[in-house]
Amino acid sequence: MIRRFGRTERLLHWVHATGFLAMLATGLILYLPALSELVARRNLVKNVHLFTAIGWAVAVTLVVALGDRARLADDWREVEAIDADDRRWLAGRPARQGRFNAGQKLNVILTAALAVVFVVSGFFLWLGERDHRFLLDGTGMVHDVAMYVSVALLTGHLYLALVHPRTRHALRGMTHGDVREDWAREHHPKWVEAERGL
Amino acid sequence: MDDRAIGRAAFLGVVGAGMAGLFFARDATGLLGRILPDQVAAIVPTRGWRIYTIGPSIPRIDPASYRLTIAGAVEHETTFTLADLHRLPTAQQVSDFHCVTGWGVDDVHWRGVRFADLLAQARPLESAVTVRFVSDEVPYDDTLTLAQALSPDAMLAYGMDGKALTAAHGFPARVVMPRMYGYKNVKWVTRIELETNYDRIGYWEQRGYDKDAWVGRSNGAATVY
Repeated sequence: MIRRFGRTERLLHWVHATGFLAMLATGLILYLPALSELVARRNLVKNVHLFTAIGWAVAVTLVVALGDRARLADDWREVEAIDADDRRWLAGRPARQGRFNAGQKLNVILTAALAVVFVVSGFFLWLGERDHRFLLDGTGMVHDVAMYVSVALLTGHLYLALVHPRTRHALRGMTHGDVREDWAREHHPKWVEAERGL
Repeated sequence: MDDRAIGRAAFLGVVGAGMAGLFFARDATGLLGRILPDQVAAIVPTRGWRIYTIGPSIPRIDPASYRLTIAGAVEHETTFTLADLHRLPTAQQVSDFHCVTGWGVDDVHWRGVRFADLLAQARPLESAVTVRFVSDEVPYDDTLTLAQALSPDAMLAYGMDGKALTAAHGFPARVVMPRMYGYKNVKWVTRIELETNYDRIGYWEQRGYDKDAWVGRSNGAATVY
């Protein structure tokens, strides 16, 4: 076995996943006409959505502040670097990948960017109801579009992590922290070689 | 380009597009109907409607026992059944619907009765200046001035897009005032009261929204539609 994710990384992943799914569920009740009609209780659902958002933000902040910040910073540096192999991989050609393949890097980058977009547009949705000078025309649309893009990303993410036979072993890295070395050599050879000093 | 600049550009690009969208994005929900598969398009609000309510459930009104009462500053308090409403002169119009929160629906086809025809039998007193619409969704109500209600594009609608109103859209009858934001377009109207002053504050107006809710000219908006 080889260690892929530490406790801070796994905790951050699951805190974000939990918050996202809770906000998606309550958000869809507010957004989809059939669900709005079925559940009604709009004020209650809206409050649950808002307090989930606050809880999510506090939890993410705590994980980053109290966790292994150096490790997270290394992750981000690694994720930002879309190298020549990654560009080849994205173009659909065979290319050796590191600890994150190019698709995983893009998923992290988009997820982080969308989190910022959700926070800012959500804040203005909240503020606009209280001070109408901040009732910006596009706020709701931005929040909605971010939801659609996120759901598309999440669908692919869940398929690869839970369903697709060749990739789903990766889930173990996010639950236990380690993955089989032979699997890692096949999917992330550059990382295994660097780790084992080959 | 430095490898890391690519990832950073992608991150900043998405964040930047989101921030620009706050100011410049417009409701493009209709597009979804064209890009999503039919099964998904049937669920998401492709027509643009969101269903906003204040209560624990959507009012389900039995059409047989529905009564609309017109009372207050009138010569004759009058009560209509749904059949009575249908017998009044029918008005039709195609108009846009704007929610104060930014979404809207273009070209909604409404069928109903003009307030002049609706109020004729009850005969508002000379002193009546305000029309208060009371919803079955307690405690929702809102007002129009009598002059606003009598404008040629305002009506009490019982039909939408060629069909009877659905429960979610205010069955059996709702206010349509397209030049004002949706919160003035009271759904599930069961009572109309004429008042002799314009003092009453409607449900959302008690929560800070403008009483004269002109689309694009109220609630801090500078939008030109």
